[in-house]
Amino acid sequence: MSLLVTEELDVRHGLLQAVRDVSLELQDGETLALVGANGAGKTTLLRAVAGAHTPSAGRIVFDGNDITSTPPHVRVKMGIALVPEGRRLFTRLTVEENLLLAGRVRRPGPWNVERVLEAFPILREKRKARAGSLSGGQQQAAAIGRALMTNPRLLLLDEVSLGLSPAAVAGVYESLRVLIEGGATLVLVEQDLQQALSVATRVVCMLEGRVVLEGPAGELSRDEVVEAYFGLHRATGEAAS
Amino acid sequence: MIWVNQIIQGILLGGYYALLASGLALMFGVMRIINLAHGDIAVMGAFALLYVTDHTSLGPFQALAVVLPGMALFGVLLQRTMLERSLRAGVLVPLLTTFGLAIVIQNVLFEEYGADTRSLGPQIGDLAFTSWIVTDEIYISHLAALILGVAVGVLVGLQLLLRRTPIGRALRATAEDPDTAGLVGVNARAVYMVAAGIAVALAALAGVFLAMRSSFDAYSGPAQLIFAFEAVVIGGLGSLWGTLAGGIVLGVAQTVGAQINPQWQIISGHVVFLAILAARLILAQVTAAGGLRALVGREQ
Repeated sequence: MSLLVTEELDVRHGLLQAVRDVSLELQDGETLALVGANGAGKTTLLRAVAGAHTPSAGRIVFDGNDITSTPPHVRVKMGIALVPEGRRLFTRLTVEENLLLAGRVRRPGPWNVERVLEAFPILREKRKARAGSLSGGQQQAAAIGRALMTNPRLLLLDEVSLGLSPAAVAGVYESLRVLIEGGATLVLVEQDLQQALSVATRVVCMLEGRVVLEGPAGELSRDEVVEAYFGLHRATGEAAS
Repeated sequence: MIWVNQIIQGILLGGYYALLASGLALMFGVMRIINLAHGDIAVMGAFALLYVTDHTSLGPFQALAVVLPGMALFGVLLQRTMLERSLRAGVLVPLLTTFGLAIVIQNVLFEEYGADTRSLGPQIGDLAFTSWIVTDEIYISHLAALILGVAVGVLVGLQLLLRRTPIGRALRATAEDPDTAGLVGVNARAVYMVAAGIAVALAALAGVFLAMRSSFDAYSGPAQLIFAFEAVVIGGLGSLWGTLAGGIVLGVAQTVGAQINPQWQIISGHVVFLAILAARLILAQVTAAGGLRALVGREQ
């Protein structure tokens, strides 16, 4: 059965319609890369799945349950975790407190503070430090760790490599690979195509709120994705007609 | 010696102000609501205690066991029915809402209890006037010491709650970023209800002590709100120890002012409050200009 289904989803920010008629299906154990230019609606789609935005139309079904109007903290309990864009750690709480906070409503599962510190050794010495004092890479690790503390069945990652040094990005992706090998289901929003394609099993490309290209990561060529990314095929199509 | 006494009395009075301010500070710190009905809720707590002691055989301190949970429940209902809705409408609406609530509470109490000035002093027997005699000129009232002790206890308790418990972590996280708190599984609505419940119960506790140490009527609330507000601002927003310090600074300013001239008690508190506010503004401007040296250098 599909773990996550969105049916003809529309999400608006006031007058702006950020997500238009998006229908997606995600199987257990898949890693979906959601790519697209700035403003394509990727973040909004992710936040709608996590419950931070309420869709204006359409349905979201998680594990067979309609969660379209379920509040975000209940979705966390059901097994959806979002690593938000810009990390959004609680800067005045310590790293450990950030982790414990998320662990409060945890589903039963393998993740706990010790295990997160094992997975992200750079956090160990910062355990008692305020999250605001961490470097970008450490903050990203803490944000992923915080999401893992809820033992999610579906992990949504928004721009995890943004603003990080190449070494830090490599570190973050290394830990994602470990998660994927462990059978996690991931949706990855990423500007960096190369990175996204290196771990994804399937790619969805969005443009101006719509899904314009979808396919297995291995079968899509980089050019096809780039074309969809910038809307080139549509531009040429319109020119021809 | 008389000055030493005034300072001691100021510290004791400051305990009351700190207790009064703690609920206001908590509600602002977590929910970003400046509760303009805080003083009136305190007075409402005093009337609630009066009601319970009049209608049951409970003494005033035993009645607290009924009044405080009742007022906490009132706070939760207030959050669910009014504050939650007004928060969604922006920063100004909660101010208007609590201002309106203040007027409603004052007038309902006036309707019920009239204009008589009341006190819980008679109900607490000796405690209303007994004191430790330190020297000929220094007396420490048992009640004032009790209030200061309760204030310190409440602030230590709040500090422990916020720092050491899961609900405290949730409160601090929600205060910082309610949206993200929801995304990591915190039920922000429930957290706000807890904060509102505690804040209103603390206001009621302070109101009960006001009623024991002096007198009150249906319109006593706004003055108490101003004292609480001044204590919070002097102490610096968002710091519980600052709230205690702020209460004590305000208390000492008032008693020392009263010693200089009995008419100056209230005004000297306000003057110190304004002076501290002005000093902060100037300091902020100097810092923004790159420090005092840069400022002096530019003038030359």
